[in-house]
Amino acid sequence: MKILVCITHVPDTTSKISFSDNNTKLNSAGVQFIIGPYDDYALARAVELKEASGGTVTVLNVGEADTEPTIRKALAIGADDAIRINAFPTDSYFVAQQIAAVAKEGNYDLILMGRESIDFNGGMVHGMVAEMLGLPSVSPVMKLDIDGGKATLSREIEGGKETLELNLPFVAGCQEPIAEWKIPNMRGIMSARTKKLEVREPAQAETKTKLDNYELPAPKGEVKMIDKDNVDELVRLLKNEAKVI
Amino acid sequence: MSVLVFIESADGAIKKSSLEAIAYGAAMNQGDVTALFLGQIDQAELEKAGNFGAAKVLHVNDERLNNGIIQAYSSVLAQAIEKTGARFVVLAKSALGDPVAARVAIKINGSFVSNVTGLPDTNGGFKVTRSIYTGKAFANVEMTSDVKIIGIRKNAVELNESGSSATIETFDAQLSDADFGVQIKNIEKQEGDVLLPEADIVVSGGRGLKGPENWGMIEDLAKTLGAATGCSKPVSDMGWRPHHEHVGQTGVKVSPTLYIAVGISGAIQHLAGVNSSKVIVVINKDEDAPFFKAADYGIVGDAFEVVPKLNEALRAAK
Repeated sequence: MKILVCITHVPDTTSKISFSDNNTKLNSAGVQFIIGPYDDYALARAVELKEASGGTVTVLNVGEADTEPTIRKALAIGADDAIRINAFPTDSYFVAQQIAAVAKEGNYDLILMGRESIDFNGGMVHGMVAEMLGLPSVSPVMKLDIDGGKATLSREIEGGKETLELNLPFVAGCQEPIAEWKIPNMRGIMSARTKKLEVREPAQAETKTKLDNYELPAPKGEVKMIDKDNVDELVRLLKNEAKVI
Repeated sequence: MSVLVFIESADGAIKKSSLEAIAYGAAMNQGDVTALFLGQIDQAELEKAGNFGAAKVLHVNDERLNNGIIQAYSSVLAQAIEKTGARFVVLAKSALGDPVAARVAIKINGSFVSNVTGLPDTNGGFKVTRSIYTGKAFANVEMTSDVKIIGIRKNAVELNESGSSATIETFDAQLSDADFGVQIKNIEKQEGDVLLPEADIVVSGGRGLKGPENWGMIEDLAKTLGAATGCSKPVSDMGWRPHHEHVGQTGVKVSPTLYIAVGISGAIQHLAGVNSSKVIVVINKDEDAPFFKAADYGIVGDAFEVVPKLNEALRAAK
């Protein structure tokens, strides 16, 4: 089975976000970049599927050269090889076109990625890629089992989950608890250095949106502390001051 | 010009977030608003779409669409866009709406922006503000395609009722076998509960509650307030609560008017899921819990003591 796992290179979840260049660029000073947490789940499941029934896992990232340490980490976790599309991921439409171009050529049985990236939270690339390829798409996927050409998976719905069946190939946006995150071991880290990381120039592609600028939310006011023996005061404030109950 | 709004139901009623999407479509002031509903539902319920600004409801009365199937839904939505000639499509952010809209954007060569927090700016171009970095920032983006699909976040617009009722038109969409390639085998769903992403008030519990057996008081408080219940990541990881209740960076992002956090310390990953709440109340026995910095109101105290008292006080104040 050939699995393609698409990963994003995003600020660590604990990062403080700020912007530079007239609020048009992320200020990356002091920011630690990681594999998107949802993508990391997709990758972990892909490696498990490969270990259970053979095949290959290829990692794909659309990004400039600074994403390579993140891609190497994915190789250390257990992917066999990697492709980096040498372009800034301008918008989801642009990224989806790059992924679809790679997928068309590679003939993958399964295309996995996170349910959304944690920088732009769009949650749309998997659906776009699937539509471009004429494949089914499912998201957010919490469980994925493959038996021959058939997959059984569970998808989170509001207030619960549903169990689905479909035939390969398809595209899935993944989330926990599809697999446990894998921490690379020393052997993985060593072997990642020599695994193939192919750099390709981007396919001709359009964008559909244009960034104007970024903004930070207004700072939060001071917290009002209420004595634990005076919960009536909290009720009064919620009613009369905040007017939320 | 016209606006098409994709609406969903829960427990037989149009979801509140979908009513907000209708209100958003009307407030855009870009022509008549038509709502699209897929699957079987009481006609009187659909007429209510008029109360929030829809002139008409297109109803695809097909029982195969009673459950959300991403491909089938996107085929129907694309056909409805073509039929109505809509230049704008609005939907509420949901586990179904987003993946559907992503496919539709490709089908109709349009753009899709999700997590939109307010009405567009149409002075020179068409710009929307979307929430990014899981609520830590916003991006102002211009949508440059002909047809624009807007996924709105909860509370992007206020609900105003007009008292009108919508006319209902049956829409016979063309569906193929390929649209049903994904088969639903089983659905496990809590009926009758307030859905977390929809809720105006959310009561969440964390590790401070010590075990799943102590969730009764959280549920009682939620019941008094008509709220949904949520939890922190460790609580769902330990299996104390189901995963769909996990609020945070890698769980559900909520934007209720009131968020009450009990026994949650306030890790940055949890805050990312709640930072767009209008008012935050934190109850924690540790006065140094970082959550207090993000709160509007705080009580330092033992949850087992404070929560039942608060529930009592709320009930008395009703």
